[in-house]
Amino acid sequence: MLEFISRMLGKESASSKTVAKERLRLVLVHDRASISPAMLNRLREDLVKVISNYMEIDEAALEFNLLQDDNEVALVANIPVVKMKRDYAAKA
Amino acid sequence: MGEIIVVTSGKGGVGKTTTSANIGTGLAAAGHKVVLVDTDIGLRNLDVVMGLENRIVYDLVDVTSGNCRLKQALIKDKRFTNLFLLPAAQTKDKSSVSPEQMETLAKELKEEFDFAIIDCPAGIEQGFRNAIAGADRAVVVCTPEVSAVRDADRIIGLLEAAELRNPKLIINRIRPEMVKRGDMMDISDILDILAIELIGVVPEDESIVISTNRGEPAVLDQGSKAGEAYRRITRRIKGEEVALMNLDVPSGLMDKLKKLVGLR
Repeated sequence: MLEFISRMLGKESASSKTVAKERLRLVLVHDRASISPAMLNRLREDLVKVISNYMEIDEAALEFNLLQDDNEVALVANIPVVKMKRDYAAKA
Repeated sequence: MGEIIVVTSGKGGVGKTTTSANIGTGLAAAGHKVVLVDTDIGLRNLDVVMGLENRIVYDLVDVTSGNCRLKQALIKDKRFTNLFLLPAAQTKDKSSVSPEQMETLAKELKEEFDFAIIDCPAGIEQGFRNAIAGADRAVVVCTPEVSAVRDADRIIGLLEAAELRNPKLIINRIRPEMVKRGDMMDISDILDILAIELIGVVPEDESIVISTNRGEPAVLDQGSKAGEAYRRITRRIKGEEVALMNLDVPSGLMDKLKKLVGLR
């Protein structure tokens, strides 16, 4: 009921400016890092290739993102390891 | 020794030319010797905004390519004897001028004028590189829209890469009643994203359309809100500390009701 009154009086939960700001924040992460989605994808594939030399990873569960906090953009990867490869473990 | 200020934005249609015309006219009205330079070769418009389109003989490309002397190409303003326009060529393209030629021109303009206001074309290609070539300072114009803010961000990055540090921001065409409703990004939202210093906020104003129709910059119209905003920007460019205009919309019955119910 209170929500209904709020809405009637024009106090919407997500104003369009909030949407605009959030969309801008996300798009600028990519713009500022000047990395296109295609390049990000290539980087991801290369990374998977290199890591796969050493360990078996769960590619389906792999998370790979450019994140921004304040004035910094970070490449954050969460790569679940299934098991180490025996030959590399033996060499070490 | 004068100063070269480039007015840029990335996105088209946000008000670069109007801003250039008003800042230039404002500085001239304050007694400075000013030249407005239109670098939008092929799409010149500063001449019509200033109401000087019938007086053009030579243009920017004639000067940079040595077809005429700078003095021959400068058009005297109708209103101020200390205000001049260097128009862009209309039948050539952006590649008819090089950044090196613009740097040479900038040096010449600095000898002659207190301020040269460079109106930059939209885009980030050669026209942009020409416009910023000899500049000492940059002003970025942006409207409170996602597309304009995004392009402004890109331009700020490019300006810094070109060693034009500390560009100043003008937020143009803000609509206070939409901001109040939460349907338009506010000054603080945009500053939060772009993280540069603000030099002015210009409200959306019908008087800009009228003044452009007439070829009379709004900065001279004492009754115009946008004109008042430009007068304040002009003073800030000269280094004065000037408060932002009050853009609050008067509260109506609905607002009073909301306040009463405790929703505001």
